[in-house]
This record gives sequence, C-alpha cells and structure tokens, in this order.
Amino acid sequence: MTRADDTLPPGALEASATARTVMSEPDISRALRRIAHEIVERNKGAHDLVLLGIPTRGVELARRLSELLLEIEGVEVPVGDLDITMFRDDLRHQPTRAPMPTRIPSSGVDDRIVVLVDDVLYSGRTIRAALDALSDLGRPRAVRLAVLVDRGHRELPIRADHVGKNLPTAHTERVMVRLSGVDDTPESVTIASGETRAGSPSTPAAGGHR
Amino acid sequence: MRHLLSSADLSRDDVRMLLATAAEMHEVQRRDVKKLPTLRGRTIINLFFEDSTRTRSSFEIAGKWMSADTINITGKGSSASKGESLRDTVMTIDAMSVDCVVIRHMASGAAHQVSQWVDASVVNAGDGTHEHPTQALLDAYTMEQRLGPLAGRRVAIVGDLTHSRVFRSNAITLRTLGADVTLVAPPTLMPSGIGAWAAADGLHLTDDLDEVLASGPDAVMMLRVQRERMSGGFFPTPREYTVGFGLTRDRLRALTDANGEAVICHPGPMNRGLEISADAADAAQSLVLDQVSAGVAVRMAVLYHLLAGEEDAA
Repeated sequence: MTRADDTLPPGALEASATARTVMSEPDISRALRRIAHEIVERNKGAHDLVLLGIPTRGVELARRLSELLLEIEGVEVPVGDLDITMFRDDLRHQPTRAPMPTRIPSSGVDDRIVVLVDDVLYSGRTIRAALDALSDLGRPRAVRLAVLVDRGHRELPIRADHVGKNLPTAHTERVMVRLSGVDDTPESVTIASGETRAGSPSTPAAGGHR
Repeated sequence: MRHLLSSADLSRDDVRMLLATAAEMHEVQRRDVKKLPTLRGRTIINLFFEDSTRTRSSFEIAGKWMSADTINITGKGSSASKGESLRDTVMTIDAMSVDCVVIRHMASGAAHQVSQWVDASVVNAGDGTHEHPTQALLDAYTMEQRLGPLAGRRVAIVGDLTHSRVFRSNAITLRTLGADVTLVAPPTLMPSGIGAWAAADGLHLTDDLDEVLASGPDAVMMLRVQRERMSGGFFPTPREYTVGFGLTRDRLRALTDANGEAVICHPGPMNRGLEISADAADAAQSLVLDQVSAGVAVRMAVLYHLLAGEEDAA
C-alpha cells in the first residue's frame, strides 16, 4: 500500500509541480458506484455482506459503498473498521504508532461475505495483514477485496476483486488519495514522482484526520 | 522510547499515545482469540526481586498475547540468592540477547542503573520507594474510562506517601495529564522534602482526609500501608491509622454524598480494614478490579511502543 504517500503534509501536493491528477471527484464517485454495482452483481444481491474498511481512507470508502448499496439494493450493509497495525510484517522498520480502532459490526463476520475496502493496492502486504487480523475475529464464508486504485507491483499473491482504476505506475512514483471527510484538500487521486516505501503506515496526524 | 524508567520521561503526547493504544489492546482482550503477532520472535525477561502478583502476571500475559516469549526470574530461586550481584545477574541475562528486561527491585534507581548496563529495553516495574510508571499509566487509564479526560479533574492520593512508588509515578502522570492532585498523609508519612516538589508541580498537601472527602474529589486513590518497608514509629497503632486515614464506611458515605460520581482506586494488594474498609473496596465506586484488567492492556501498549518500532531507533 502506498501509505507513505499519506504522510505528506497538506500543501505538499500543491508545492509539487510534478503531481498530476488521475482521478477527480466525479471520477472517484463513478468508480465507487461501479464497484457497488459489481459487489451486488457478484454477490447476487446485498445479503450477508459486511464491509470492512482499512484505516485511514478505507474506512471512508467502506462507508460510502454502504450508502451506495443502500441506494441500489435498499439493504443496509453493516460497515466496520479493521485496523492492521499490530499485524504488519514491517513493524521493525517503522517508528511505532498507536493502533487505530477496530470496530466489527455486532452481527460479526462468521459465515458472512466480508468485503475488505482500501484506497490503494500496492505490495499486497496490508491485505495480507488484514487477512491475518480477520482470521482472529471469526471465519467469514468468503473474503473479497475492493480498492479504489490498483497501482501494481505486488509482492504477494494477492489480487483485488473490485478495482476503481488500474493505474500503471513506477516504483519511483507516489499515488496520493485525498477524500473529503478525511482530508482537508479537494477530493482526488494524484500521482507524483518520488520514492514510495511500500507498506509504510499512514500517520493520520500528518495526512488526514478522521 | 527505548526504556520506561520514570513517569517523568513521558510527555503528555507519549501518555496519550500509550493510553490510546491501551484502549485498542483492551478491545483485543474481549475477543475469543487474544493473540496478536506483533512481538513475534521477541524475548522479554521479567526479573522480579520483590514479590508481586498482578504486575508480574500482567507483564507476562501482555507479552504472551503479543506473541513474545516471556520468561520469569524471581530473586528467590535465582542465582541472586547465592550471592550474585545485580550487575552480574543482568549481564548474564543480557548475554542471552533478550529484547526487554522488566525489572522490579527493592533498591530505588535499580531500573535506571540496569538500563546503563544492558542493550535490551528496560521497563521499571517498581524500584524501591522511587517509581512504578506502568501502574500510574493503568491508574490514569482506569480513571479515564470512568471519568473521561483527567485534565481539570480532582484526584486525592491518600496514605503512606513516604514508601510509595505508586504515588510518585501517579502524581507525575496525573500532573502531566493536567489533573489537580491533592496528597493526604499523616505528617510522619509525608516524604521529607516534598514541599519543594509540591510547590514546583502544583500539588496540594494536607493531613485532613475528612476535609478532602467533603470537597468531593473526582477520584480517591488509597495507598497500601507498606508494613514491610516500615521499621516502626510512623503511627502508634494500625487502629489509629484507620481512624485518621482509612477509607471507612462513614468516609465512603461522606465521599459519595459530596460527589456521587467519585471513584475509588487502590493499586493493590489491599489491607482490608487498615487503609480501606471492605465496604469501600467492594463498593460500586471501586475501580480495583478494573485496574487489574487495565493492567494487561496498558502493559501491552508499553511493550508495543518499546519493542515493535525501528530496530535502530534512537
């Protein structure tokens, strides 16, 4: 995941002349709507679904998907947050940060179809950690993955079921997702040059506040 | 953070981060699967030269729930009882390349001294009459669970201040969080030289418990009378101590009359009938068991922040 991207202070984006916008606000909204339709199609309805967002921005995306599913199918899909901090495999290479809340809907995840939601899929290590975290919480019937952006460069055999946009990138580029409700800056997905450390956790204090 | 030796080493941000982490760890305790992989491959030694039930077991559980290997060494039954010096004991342990030493020792400053000798992270789990920082964190955590943020809240710490490391760490952490702290003790158990500290840190001193309770503090922390550290002469009889400074049934009523929301803490082990009556210890206002439950979560948070981060962190 491109979490290191999130640590850019607000304003850094404007300062970087090389940043280019690849998804605007309406693009993001259309992509989410399509993902919501795909989830329903794949699931043949919205029954038994649980959406689990991975902090920070996955939580906001999961909440939006749940609203869209209510609109499309008229079914209230439970939403939760799944923090993966304690499950990372790179803890020893990062300064520690306080874990974010994990909130599992009261219906639980046992025998449900869990859809993990995150902003950017990169190395796949965040999703590996999320799968581990999930297995401590119960046994879902199936786990699917929805991401806003897939930027490639997987380091593990993991793929997304629902992708907002496939974005070919170089390792030397950074992908930044800004969402209203999380960030102060306008909603966008941008790409800029500059090394990214895959799997670096975001610091909400520097990126966007929840 | 490399060591946790004194509550004074923790800034307000550090305390807030540890308490926020502890809250998430507390959630983990309610799950069926309590194991996190966070400290896999790390080794933690609990080196206890003094007796302990809750501190040692909660450090051990905290380490195990985060998948660290935890080993307990007690003074009795170790080579220390054959006359080995503290330095030789910890150097021996350090030579086994452990990652963390949790130490309790009867000498004030022992944890600080050990931290100079070893490469491992050192956690002070109580050094003589000096400090017990994780106890202060769990007390703050427990009180905040019931009272909300402690800034501006009034906390009274009552009892044997002279021999209490719990009081020293608590006074520091509570001030760090912005609470208003009143210290209550008989003059013989008020530490010498506390006046300067109290003046510098804004602590209130008194020997009138009834007056303090009548003012309706938000929390009352009763300290254990540490008879093992006393060589007599601090108070005439236990009965007289109870009359002046015990949280009796009548004083419990006075407290709840003055502030219905007030809570009661005790770091344990309790001398029932001496500094705290059974009525107070088992009252709805008592947080004694919540404190024990929080102990594991807080110690998980401490171990996480000491051990999980960058290997070459400063």
